[in-house]
Amino acid sequence: MALGPYLFLATLEGLVQAAVLCITAAGLSLVFGVMRVVNVAHGEFVMLGAVIAWFAASLVTGHPAIGFAVALVISPVIVGAIAFASERLILKRLDYNPEATIVATIGLLYILQQTVLIVYGPDARPVDPPFYYTIRFPWFGYSSYKLFVIAAAIVIMGAIWFVLQKTKAGLIMRAAQFDRETAQAFGIPVDRVSAFVFAAGAGLAALAGVLVVPIQQAHYLMGADPLLLSFIVVIIGGLGSMSGTVVAAILIGLSDGILSVMFSPTLAKMVSTLLVALVLVFRPNGLFGKAAR
Amino acid sequence: MTKSAYRNNLFLTGVVLVLLFFLQFVLPDYHVLMGTRMMVLAVFALGFNALLGYVGLLSLGHAMFFAAGLYGAGLTVYHFGWSLPAAFGFAVLASALLALVIGAVVLRTIRVSFMIVTLMFAQVAYLMVLYFAEWTNGQEGLSLPLSARAVHLFGATLDLSSAITRYNLAFGLLALCLMLLFAYLASARGRVATAIRDNEGRTEMLGFNVFAGKLEMFVLSGAMSGAAGAAYALLFGYIGSTFASFQYSIEALLFTLLGGAGTLLGPLLGVLLMVAMIDKLSELTSAYLLVIGVVLIVVILWFPKGILGTIRERWAPWLL
Repeated sequence: MALGPYLFLATLEGLVQAAVLCITAAGLSLVFGVMRVVNVAHGEFVMLGAVIAWFAASLVTGHPAIGFAVALVISPVIVGAIAFASERLILKRLDYNPEATIVATIGLLYILQQTVLIVYGPDARPVDPPFYYTIRFPWFGYSSYKLFVIAAAIVIMGAIWFVLQKTKAGLIMRAAQFDRETAQAFGIPVDRVSAFVFAAGAGLAALAGVLVVPIQQAHYLMGADPLLLSFIVVIIGGLGSMSGTVVAAILIGLSDGILSVMFSPTLAKMVSTLLVALVLVFRPNGLFGKAAR
Repeated sequence: MTKSAYRNNLFLTGVVLVLLFFLQFVLPDYHVLMGTRMMVLAVFALGFNALLGYVGLLSLGHAMFFAAGLYGAGLTVYHFGWSLPAAFGFAVLASALLALVIGAVVLRTIRVSFMIVTLMFAQVAYLMVLYFAEWTNGQEGLSLPLSARAVHLFGATLDLSSAITRYNLAFGLLALCLMLLFAYLASARGRVATAIRDNEGRTEMLGFNVFAGKLEMFVLSGAMSGAAGAAYALLFGYIGSTFASFQYSIEALLFTLLGGAGTLLGPLLGVLLMVAMIDKLSELTSAYLLVIGVVLIVVILWFPKGILGTIRERWAPWLL
């Protein structure tokens, strides 16, 4: 394949990667923005979403699209409920202390991951995409499902924007993010808002998991990469800023996709992680600097 | 520290060390091996606790220093055929140097951002181990050659295939590190470190160089973790990328939190309990890491000071 088409393929792969990353990182960013909680278990919510999608696909008979549609609905709901419960049982009791919540979410990470290992087993299992149609470019065929993922991400990000900017719930979330105490003083139940935001963030991660599973297979250790990448995106994108998150996700997804095709994926991850760590060190009043009051 | 507190701590540490030494005569073989492993990991946890417990910095990337020691010792032995003492010395130096460089960068950040940055640097280190698989053999790792199973020092030969020799070497390292830390904490420099933990701003205002104090402890902590890694590689004759993974960073944190951050013997106690628990559980299920999650959450919710920290608070305020 000539360089041009090769680059085109790499760009497409990068866009798919960016689309999934956008949704995952939006969840992380929402939780960090409103609750000031760094959720290390976020990747496990992606994994849970994917695993639930596999269960849905294997339980629902008939066309794969039916199982997929079911998974799209129940996955975020179940994962959101799990997140809601863990927020009430754990994070709330820690009074959202930043360091303690990190340790607690690490604990949550292991509990979720190992429970899935017990229930689901150590194998990576594929899920059929809802449709198989292949788009023929002059140089290669490309799965239309992957293009669907990009479209779905655009729709979901649009929905997030709409909810945050145009609805009462969004207004409440933004108020809680802007100033917790003042919001509380104005009668906003910040405490309950936190629980719902944590559930919503997890739900978004689960949605990303469902979307990615026909491409990637469901495995109990699959949460590590989305976690690291969404950390990177949220740090580059800036505190709780959705537009920043989108831009950063596209940037990181594209460069990661292209670098992974051109060089080794390990090298790509190494370089981007190092760069982001340095960004965080030398711009300390960026994202996390504000959190550490 | 008052004189009586100093004496009490010295006495307690001495008693624990004597007990550990005599355990080798009563324990069955399998437990001697496990004890060896525990003591090496305790050195790792000790290094981690030096940073978390006495200057209040929670690193999520200490596997990076453990791995620096592990690979510093293992690779020089495997590829260049270095003698074990030379490899060990090199590994400790290398991890101290790494800690100096990393510390100079990451200590510009605080709290949450410090945790995330150390986590990311450790992730880079882990990926490096995988990337240079030609040297490290990545995930599969390397077994050190048979020639590296004996130490020749001052005309004497130590046979590392003997479980008792290994136990005593690990014991020696643990005793050395405990005494080193004890002396450091009882000294004026150690007091500066704890002052930084308790109130950074005030310490700085009193004219102490906070950054230098933190960096000093960071290097000490990194070197100790590296020494543990090097000992692990040389005593058990195997190096692999798992030791650089996130899980090892978390285990150091877990041991320390369980035993009690900021207590001298807490990390050792944490290691004893956790390793025993993980060992028992791994016979029952492959999902034995579940216990890490459960213990982390239980400790952070109900015993944020850990076992010895709680004891100090209630009954023994002199505990170091």
